[in-house]
Amino acid sequence: MNRALEVLAVGPSALVQDLGRPGRGGAGVGRSGAADRASLTLANRLVANDEGAAAVEVLLGGLAVRAASLLTVALAGAPAQASVDGTPVGHHSVITLRAGAVLRLAAPPTGLRTYLAVHGGIDVAPVLGSRSTDTLSGIGPPPLQAGDVLPIGPEPAELPVIDVAPVRAPPGETVVLRTVAGPRAEFVADPTELTRITWTASSRSDRIGIRLEGGRLRRSGDEEVPSEGMVRGAIQVPPGGEPVVFLADHPVTGGYPVVATVCDADVDHAAQVRPGQSVRFVIVPAAWKDPSATVRSNVSTSTASGG
Amino acid sequence: MKVLPFGDVALLVEVDGLPEVLALAAAVRTAQPAGVLDVVPAARTVLLTVRPGTDLAALRRTVVGLPLDPASVREGATVEIPVTYDGPDLAEVARLTGLDESEVVAAHAGTPWRIAFGGFAPGFAYLTGGDERLRVPRRAAPRTAVPTGAVGLAEEFSGIYPRPSPGGWQLIGSTEARLWDPDRDPPALLEPGGWVRFVVEGT
Repeated sequence: MNRALEVLAVGPSALVQDLGRPGRGGAGVGRSGAADRASLTLANRLVANDEGAAAVEVLLGGLAVRAASLLTVALAGAPAQASVDGTPVGHHSVITLRAGAVLRLAAPPTGLRTYLAVHGGIDVAPVLGSRSTDTLSGIGPPPLQAGDVLPIGPEPAELPVIDVAPVRAPPGETVVLRTVAGPRAEFVADPTELTRITWTASSRSDRIGIRLEGGRLRRSGDEEVPSEGMVRGAIQVPPGGEPVVFLADHPVTGGYPVVATVCDADVDHAAQVRPGQSVRFVIVPAAWKDPSATVRSNVSTSTASGG
Repeated sequence: MKVLPFGDVALLVEVDGLPEVLALAAAVRTAQPAGVLDVVPAARTVLLTVRPGTDLAALRRTVVGLPLDPASVREGATVEIPVTYDGPDLAEVARLTGLDESEVVAAHAGTPWRIAFGGFAPGFAYLTGGDERLRVPRRAAPRTAVPTGAVGLAEEFSGIYPRPSPGGWQLIGSTEARLWDPDRDPPALLEPGGWVRFVVEGT
């Protein structure tokens, strides 16, 4: 029998994700990849994969898969109760699925996204160097549906050596995210409101971003920012004043000011925030300062038209 | 040049305008500073994203010390794009510019456009350096659906929608050219540094 995983059921969303396709922003292609990279890489390490191997990102449980052959798998991220042929199995541990065994995930009590890694990796065809589904641009494999058969790559030479990894589950209470101020804090009348307000994640949140409710950040003027590159974790302030925290499938460029940017490691925590959950921000200093902001430019404007 | 913080794994470098943007992006790509994952040029900025743990202070020093040599900006090829000038905003663009519709078409197809930078969507390119008379504002109310291949104008830019999406540009025509094909290498038809010449198709 071929090494494969047969999808029997999906919940709200199940996507193939790896660590995305970096380096193509200039061509308008976002990085995408797992929303919670720390959980993806943990699940992969448990089954002795490269940490960037493709896995299944499951939103709010509901996934059921049947092993077409003997497979070794691991779960990390949101602690959705898991069972194999009806017998409960744990997260952050190595699980053996015999051919025909069915793994089911219930809705997690906390967190949003659970990662199912398989020894050998999900081996769907890569697009532009990655197997990630970018929900904004539509690049990558389509969302999983019941009836899909996911090919599994050959078993890596290495065998899993860890039995159980102790990991803290995503909290159910207020999530505190560290941010660096800017780059466009001056476009907001009172940037300190970002840290004073306890925000609530909206149900309109997705892999593009977490939409926040509970207050409005007023703009300091009518001036617009010319479109500029965006990063995962950027906190954009649209004209309505309710901030958006960009996640994995954020647009490559944007024209609304970014008041602050969530630190990279904390973006993974942000990706586990459920709709209705509270979010607070704290500001930490940037790792550097720009002492002499202005440097002479020696570019002549005659190149503006390109000659 | 001004370097702005953008979280803990990126720097946003602000410069005076597009020539500096293109020169800086080219200089960074040539220098390949350690840790840089992506270089995203835009209208007045170049975003540099880096691997976690990269020394941003050292990268900032490297970047401000880069020679900005316009000659390092690689000149790309010219792509001809056949356009049927039948867009729903052609009359409005004529009204805004004081030209008649045939003059709008002649102006749009009359001079080459520089492929400045991407963003917005895969395969979309901001085209600059066209006829100055075609500078029009975005539509007050963006359309919820703009079809693939729609050719538009906004501010100093022209652009072509590579896929159906919402959009606020003034639409003057349409093209059958395939702007984005993930099975092609490179997948984007329009690569920054190159040129576009619009060719009037039919009537």
